[in-house]
Amino acid sequence: MSAKKRLRGRSLEPVAGNGLIDRRALIGRGIAFAGAMTGVGATGASAEPLKDAPWSLETGAVTPALQTPSRFEKHVVRTLSNPDNEFRNSHARTPHHLLTGTVTPNSLHFSINHSGLPDIDPAQHRLAIHGLVKQPLIYTVEALARCPMVSRMAFLECGGNSAPMFSNEPIQASVQALHGLVSCAEWTGVKLSTLLEETGVDPKAKWFIAEGADSHALSRSVPLKKGFDDAMIALYQNGERLMPGNGYPMRLLLPGYEGNMNVKFLRRIKLVDAPAMSMYESRTYSQLLPDGRAYRFYFLQEVKSFITHPSFGASLKGPGFYEISGLAYSGAGRIAKVMVSADGGKSFAEAALQAPVLPKAFTRFRMPWRWDGSPAVLQSRAWDEGGNVQPTRAEFVALRGETKSPPPVLGFPNQHYNALTSWAIDASGGIKHVYA
Amino acid sequence: MFTRSVFVVALVLAAGAARAEPPGLGTPASEADIAAWDISIMPDGTGLPAGRGTPAEGKAVYARKCAACHGDDGTKSVAPGAGPLVGGKIDRIEAVKTIGNFYGYATTVFDFIRRAMPYNEPRTLTNDEVYAVTAYLLAANKIIGENDAIDAHSLPRVKMPNRDNFIIRFPDRI
Repeated sequence: MSAKKRLRGRSLEPVAGNGLIDRRALIGRGIAFAGAMTGVGATGASAEPLKDAPWSLETGAVTPALQTPSRFEKHVVRTLSNPDNEFRNSHARTPHHLLTGTVTPNSLHFSINHSGLPDIDPAQHRLAIHGLVKQPLIYTVEALARCPMVSRMAFLECGGNSAPMFSNEPIQASVQALHGLVSCAEWTGVKLSTLLEETGVDPKAKWFIAEGADSHALSRSVPLKKGFDDAMIALYQNGERLMPGNGYPMRLLLPGYEGNMNVKFLRRIKLVDAPAMSMYESRTYSQLLPDGRAYRFYFLQEVKSFITHPSFGASLKGPGFYEISGLAYSGAGRIAKVMVSADGGKSFAEAALQAPVLPKAFTRFRMPWRWDGSPAVLQSRAWDEGGNVQPTRAEFVALRGETKSPPPVLGFPNQHYNALTSWAIDASGGIKHVYA
Repeated sequence: MFTRSVFVVALVLAAGAARAEPPGLGTPASEADIAAWDISIMPDGTGLPAGRGTPAEGKAVYARKCAACHGDDGTKSVAPGAGPLVGGKIDRIEAVKTIGNFYGYATTVFDFIRRAMPYNEPRTLTNDEVYAVTAYLLAANKIIGENDAIDAHSLPRVKMPNRDNFIIRFPDRI
């Protein structure tokens, strides 16, 4: 038997329950698939003869200065927690079920604003670095933009992302509603260590306080260790200046750390010997545990994954081939492995990871699947390079608890949920959110 | 050995070259230049301004500046997102965290009122008013007495009931 034939044979062998196929079948072997799939899900009807559509027979619109998506993509938007502009905080969630790849377009990057979006004139904005330094310094945006820069991919995730998953009953909501407070972009800016080298650091400094220019002067304490590791003053997001909702004209970027610590509209960094115990660190983002105590300084967004395609809100159009795909990420480093199940966790197969697999960034995983039309439960589980594994929901709840009754889908009953998400497919192709 | 020492020298040179040249683009400033922005307050009281207030004084300020969103006595939430500030039990993982049942440090109360409240006109209260509202809320939570004045000396000495119920999640990251 030739190598090609062996591979073809192996590729089509189910590797786990309910029709999961070896991930190697995805890599450049579409022909083998197409051949093998003949007859599966085919209607037998012949294709309509092709002809020119109207747009092929007239000159199109003129090229605009700033391009926006096709009018047929108007449904691809963020969902809002405060659509009526009430006088309070507002959230916008990323539509992961309508996107693919690993980069979140800037217009769709999630955003949370506790006191609205400040309208900052970059010419007037300043960043002050002071406290336990040898020489306090003040930077203009222009001066920072002249400093040596770095670029990196990094996901940003609200500590409260996936909060509906704490519900004692599965909330029927899309991946956007459940997990839309995480996004991933290429960030460009000046490493904080570059600026600290310039101010000099008093050895007594152990933390720094970061503060924004918003009306809350939102403030968080960060270990100085992180400041010298990979902290960045980000000026650019996917190649263009930051979006207002993501911190224009500059934000702190702490790759892998809780979104709220990545202070937007950054105007002040103060080096100190201890944490300030600001409201957001000592109240809001301290997580209550079932025994009444609470975690403090959680910081890390732990290893996590969820399936985006197919997911709640979609429906399968009959038996046949589907590519299961989703996102995996870890604040502790690179994703090492993603396993996918189609039978609710009874059996798993390893998914293909789209290269490049970067630390503290989205990794897209893919899994070929032949659905036979019977009920199935899809779930994904990720491992990172540090050996950390995404917990099952049962494992997670045993430690962290769950609510006594279902919370509102926009509520934040608790934070830092990173366990599995499961989608149940029924015989008609409908998709529900289940705990499995 | 010769080859090895040449290699070491080359490494040191390479490391020197790779070390970022400080760009020298920041403007030197004094702490006095930054003072108007420096509103940080530490749990030990560092950064607290002069001033003082009592629960009775704070009750009047609260009625004018806070009650519209936080309710008459801080036990209810009137405006969306303006959670209750007083009382409540920690009896579930989704319990509402208030000053009395959750905050570890009284300085946090003063700090957040001064930097962010009232929501519609932040940083408009005088330091005396912030001390007074802080005193009112601490008294309403039965953490201090009705006649206890709060100032830079007394605030960091207030022992919050929930102070010792926190676990550092990842100590090696600090």
